[in-house]
Amino acid sequence: MLSVKEYQTVSSIQGPLMMVEMIDEAKYGHIVDIELPDGSIRHGQILQVENDRVLFQVFEGTSGIDVKRSTVRFLAKPLELGVSPDILGRVFSGLGVPKDDGPAIIPDKRLDINGQPINPYARDYPNEFIQTGISTVDGLNPLVRGQKLPIFSGSGLPHDDLAAQLARQATVLGKGEEFAVVFAAMGITFEAAQFFIDDLHNTGAIERAVMFVNLANDPAIERIATPRFALTAAEYLAFERGMHVLVILNDMTNYCEALREISAARKEVPGRRGYPGYLYTDLATVYERAGRIKGNKGSITMVPVLTMPEDDKTHPVPDLTGYITEGQVILSRSLGRQGVSPPVDVLPSLSRLKDKGIGKEKTREDHADLYNQLYAAYARGKEMQELATIMGEAALSDEDRKYMEFANKFEARYIGQDYYENRTVFQTLDLGWELLSMFENAELKRIDVKLIEKYMPRFREKA
Amino acid sequence: MAEQRVGRVVKVAGPVVVAEGMSGARMYDVVRVGKINLIGEIVELRGDTASIQVYEETTGIGPGEPVLDTEAPLSVELGPGLIESIYDGIQRPLDELVSAEGEFMSRGSDMPGLNREKKWHFKPTVGDGTQVGPGDIIGEVEETTLMVHKIMIPPGVRGTIRSISEGDYTVEETVAVCAGEDGTETTLTLMQRWPVRNARPIARRLAPENILVSGQRVIDTFFPISKGGTACVPGPFGTGKTVVQHQLAKWVDADVVVYVGCGERGNEMTDVLTEFPELKDPRSGEPLMRRSVLIANTSNMPVAAREASVYTGITIAEYFRDMGYTVALMADSTSRWAEAMREISTRLEEMPAEEGYPAYLSARIAAFYERAGRVKCSGNPQREGGLSVIGAVSPPGGDLSDSVVQATLHVVKVFWSLKGELAYQRHFPAIDWLTSYSFYTQYLQRMFDDKEQGDAMERMRKEAMGLLEQESELREIVRLVGAEALSPRDRLALETARALREDYLHQNAFHEVDTYTSMAKQYEMLQTVLHFHHQALEAIEAGVETAEIFKLAVREDIARAKYIPQDQIDKIGQIRSRIEEQMKQLQGTVAAK
Repeated sequence: MLSVKEYQTVSSIQGPLMMVEMIDEAKYGHIVDIELPDGSIRHGQILQVENDRVLFQVFEGTSGIDVKRSTVRFLAKPLELGVSPDILGRVFSGLGVPKDDGPAIIPDKRLDINGQPINPYARDYPNEFIQTGISTVDGLNPLVRGQKLPIFSGSGLPHDDLAAQLARQATVLGKGEEFAVVFAAMGITFEAAQFFIDDLHNTGAIERAVMFVNLANDPAIERIATPRFALTAAEYLAFERGMHVLVILNDMTNYCEALREISAARKEVPGRRGYPGYLYTDLATVYERAGRIKGNKGSITMVPVLTMPEDDKTHPVPDLTGYITEGQVILSRSLGRQGVSPPVDVLPSLSRLKDKGIGKEKTREDHADLYNQLYAAYARGKEMQELATIMGEAALSDEDRKYMEFANKFEARYIGQDYYENRTVFQTLDLGWELLSMFENAELKRIDVKLIEKYMPRFREKA
Repeated sequence: MAEQRVGRVVKVAGPVVVAEGMSGARMYDVVRVGKINLIGEIVELRGDTASIQVYEETTGIGPGEPVLDTEAPLSVELGPGLIESIYDGIQRPLDELVSAEGEFMSRGSDMPGLNREKKWHFKPTVGDGTQVGPGDIIGEVEETTLMVHKIMIPPGVRGTIRSISEGDYTVEETVAVCAGEDGTETTLTLMQRWPVRNARPIARRLAPENILVSGQRVIDTFFPISKGGTACVPGPFGTGKTVVQHQLAKWVDADVVVYVGCGERGNEMTDVLTEFPELKDPRSGEPLMRRSVLIANTSNMPVAAREASVYTGITIAEYFRDMGYTVALMADSTSRWAEAMREISTRLEEMPAEEGYPAYLSARIAAFYERAGRVKCSGNPQREGGLSVIGAVSPPGGDLSDSVVQATLHVVKVFWSLKGELAYQRHFPAIDWLTSYSFYTQYLQRMFDDKEQGDAMERMRKEAMGLLEQESELREIVRLVGAEALSPRDRLALETARALREDYLHQNAFHEVDTYTSMAKQYEMLQTVLHFHHQALEAIEAGVETAEIFKLAVREDIARAKYIPQDQIDKIGQIRSRIEEQMKQLQGTVAAK
């Protein structure tokens, strides 16, 4: 191996950035080690090389580093994760170092954490329905293997419970295939992270989970690398070991803030709200690693969680995320206040890949028509709920009142569900019919007449 | 040829590399960067230093590495083999890259845009001794069952054809020789090259004449786009921009469709790739893929290649237009293209204008859309071609004051405004009928052979739009004072507007019949909805209660008219007779009382 050159020519330190001069050879994107006078080591990644000057970001932060006595080593390789099947069941730091009491990982191979884009031609279309046991997901926003479906939440909303429920219950109908969960925590609290770890322990799922944990008090810059470590582990498990991997990234807002910090330190022209102009591209290099590959057994399904500042969906982080992911599940504060839990805001929530994953032989033939009808009826009912609060219920016609009543029932019974209640997709579909049975057949314009004739009578009798 | 110019990397910052020792290099020359031969393009020159935007990930590149000037601008290869291809932003065939290099994109790969081995059967349409000039058609290749590929004299070549002969050729083999007056000889092959940033030459521009029928009711009836026209589809995420683009790519009556997935989702491109070979063109019954060219530079692929992808796409589209075809180009999304420009501009440390976008943003957008149009093609035989461009725009937060939206609205003639609220109600396509516009509605009448029918369509379009506008006013009143306050006529207007929205404008892209509605069926359907309105007005005059009218069973038939297959559209006429019968009955009972 080449001897690694050491430099003591640090010229400036600014925020998370350091500049070193008189370098012989350095490559863009490669990593560096910084040795402090007390012998401790920190890690950095090169952001820019210009002649003999190198600018890099320090993942652990620069506090305590000095200009004169620090030594910088150039490692001539990008940031890598050592992988082997033994990573299952382990907890790593945000920089991929084992954090539990287990032994060191002896890697089969080392993978560049930036990965490579999947050739669009090699992708296989996601069309296998995943049953999550949650009605608002299975019935209205079905998740399919290889999809990326984020949870848009706000501070104080139960996104952790919902994400944990997803991780606990997600299965594919009628198949017993190898399944794994990769969990990346970015800047979340100890409590939130521990909740996930405990939940995985209690259900025995920890054996097939890999965790990368960067807590709120861990170095912020490290968060830029954390999701990439997690996805590298996921890609290894999915595409080399043929597993179906569910990746949960929590919380992407913290990731974006770390990115903004670097961008500000580099004095780049800021985009909206100070986030860098390349935020979209950067997020895409994270999210687009989900998917399936033709001829490969494994898959990566991704559920990023993000908290919307001020519940604002047009904030750059949820906005750009929504432009990349295939839909979103949005939590609503007002539903939460009314005691509906999980408070899924059904109308703006969406799964873009639903149409290919449901229907005959996948879930049931009535699925598509049913959710269209439920949406339409709930949208109208919701409008009536609002009208009633402005003008009083008395101002509504009988028909309008019926829709309002429907919306109320729908929120209580269909959206409302215990975090440990695992409904089969058929239970969810039947519940939909049952709720719709308060309308005349002619009112159900979005459902094929044949389907109404086939399914509805059962529920009318019940009523 | 002179010795090749080799410079040296001095700086690397993301997708921008600076090299020195490049004196003599020209702007927009393509270069190969580093030992692993990354492809890049010169975007700035200062003395002998050149700034280069690199089309591939630059990790591992450092100062001192070589930079090779290819001394040619970024060009695409044009010839048989384009159709049914899927390319990345700089025309590398993605399907062949998978077989050559695996499922993940590797760097520095060199793969020509057109297959070099495949032989095409060439049939000359001119003989030896013919005088030819730029754009003249000298022969044909049947590329797919849907596409006769015309072989044209490349721009700038003029002279007499020699030794032209029918036979099987690869794209590089000589099919004829063109002898110029000055004695120079140009060998003609099936393939030609063209630099992507320059528009291909034409004889002259023509005014629009016809509608590009899309089979989407809200578009064709209310906001049509012409052959050679430009349109934009802005909207927040989740409002169905991509579905609108896909629907157009599937159903527009164009001869060639070029679909550019510019910085969008990988799974969406897979969707197109799996669906197009299976879907049948409604006119010919052939798979849609046989008229399509796909360009996929997904969001996680290098940003500089994304910048180039729209140019690659439009150059290919222009080439088919030059053959005399109607071409439609969909770019999804132009915002990602603009963001790529912004990123490059930031790395070049240019002074930013609004939102960090470069000051030349609107000029670039305008120049791009101006490459669309109906044209008289250059060369013989005389022919006309059209290139329509439809660009999706993804404004942050759906805010239409965004720079990219505004710059686009300056140039395009059709505006399909997608609205979040409509999407939440699952009203798709979520095109807002109150804010959208089209400058091409005047051509709608011409879509009907029968002049009377055309005039009737125009009248119905205006009446329907009037009802929809009236609805938005009436809804305000209802919100303030309740539905009770409305007169029966107003209540009817509200119901008819609802029928227009739910039974006409709403269209299910995933329903096998509803996904495409012919012009004739649109006419029938609209006539039926309005016929109910007129009949109901008469009934109201005769003293019938509105509640009775709204209960009529025939309304369900109207609602389901969209699911009546094209070959049974006479059934829609029968609905109108049923409307008359049922209204007559109602009036009868009122008279009896």
